[in-house]
Amino acid sequence: MKKVYINSIASISPQKTFENASFLDDIIEYNETVISAFDPNYKEHIPPAAARRMAKGIKMGVVASKLAMKEAGIGTVDAIITGTGMGCMIDSEKFVSAIIDNNEQYLTPTSFIQSTHNTVAGQIALGMECKAYNFTYVHAAISFESALLDAKMQLENDEANNILVGGVEELGAHTTDVHRVINHIKPEAVTISEVLNSNTEGAVFSEGANFFVVSNDRKESSYAELLAVETYNTLEKDKVSEAIKSVLKENNLKPEDLDVVVLGNNGDVEFDGYYNQLSKNIFKNTKQVYYKHLVGENNTVSAFGVWLASKIIKTQQIPAMVNLNDIEATEPNIILCYNQYRGENHSLVLLKKC
Amino acid sequence: MSELKEELKAKIIEQLNLEDVSVEEIADDDALFGDGLGLDSIDALELIVMLDKDYGIRLSDPKEGRKIFESVQVMADYIDANRTK
Repeated sequence: MKKVYINSIASISPQKTFENASFLDDIIEYNETVISAFDPNYKEHIPPAAARRMAKGIKMGVVASKLAMKEAGIGTVDAIITGTGMGCMIDSEKFVSAIIDNNEQYLTPTSFIQSTHNTVAGQIALGMECKAYNFTYVHAAISFESALLDAKMQLENDEANNILVGGVEELGAHTTDVHRVINHIKPEAVTISEVLNSNTEGAVFSEGANFFVVSNDRKESSYAELLAVETYNTLEKDKVSEAIKSVLKENNLKPEDLDVVVLGNNGDVEFDGYYNQLSKNIFKNTKQVYYKHLVGENNTVSAFGVWLASKIIKTQQIPAMVNLNDIEATEPNIILCYNQYRGENHSLVLLKKC
Repeated sequence: MSELKEELKAKIIEQLNLEDVSVEEIADDDALFGDGLGLDSIDALELIVMLDKDYGIRLSDPKEGRKIFESVQVMADYIDANRTK
């Protein structure tokens, strides 16, 4: 089997991450319950005629993919695979509202066409005139990891050489209101430094797009080798450590071999225990970092965790703002990302310096 | 009629998301499709729905749209002669 490498990364998030030259050195301080992506100038990347029908999620996905392709230095890929938990919420809400408001009459095509979950992958393919494998995984908080796993298997089996993989979510006003009603969003605004100590239910909701070119061709500029991707729809809290040890063992590693662990703490008092038990036990001597205080929670925000891990490995630097503990990691070469959302859809992504 | 034409221009901009176009930039006789505003077949469907919803004009043959949507002037003339609301 061939090895798989992350050859480029691109992130549009609530932080200034779309300019890949910097690395979380100019943090936007939020004090909100819902945070939007910090937008690049989309007009610089998408022709006006194409952009006018695109809602924000599509624009974020298209631009993040273009940035990833540019960094990888390639014009096309052998597959485009995206993950999204909620899909194109804005056009979905627009279309469903039109059905209700107009008594099922006068339905226009644009919002319907743009509302499907695979719109982003389709628009990316149209933009680069790529007729190759095009797939979108919709699986809540493991949507991105499902896409990444598909890419990894294709590359390992040499069925493809370069694959564009990404995760994208956009905020929709109505859906956000619903999440607020069911207490999945925090009841009060919270600053990024206080998220983990908020002691309240729910998370700070957000949006964003994170894209990667993964390849079985290692470059000097590659970020990391992708050793493992594992997903679990259900996993009991007391089985998480075992699952982690099992994945590490399959890669001839033990918890103490990890230089850094990237955790998905979002400050939800009901579910952060999944991470805290690891912090206090199998990872108590490991450098721990987190990121959802900076970029919020959404179904594919774990792709930002992979972005963060990739960047740490390549730059060999860990921004102070992501430190979860004080342990030093002088040579961050092997990093494990662990994420779950509301106790379900757990994922492990293991990266190594290459 | 002049009021209707201004109304149509504003609706075209809003419903077709022509972000970089203003009402003043659309002349009454500008071609809406092709070299003019550059609208496409999806826009034509949007305009057909707009005629039905806002002016009570239901096109039995979508191909009629090709003539009716030639320009804002032609659209306004057609709406003025056929509107039911």
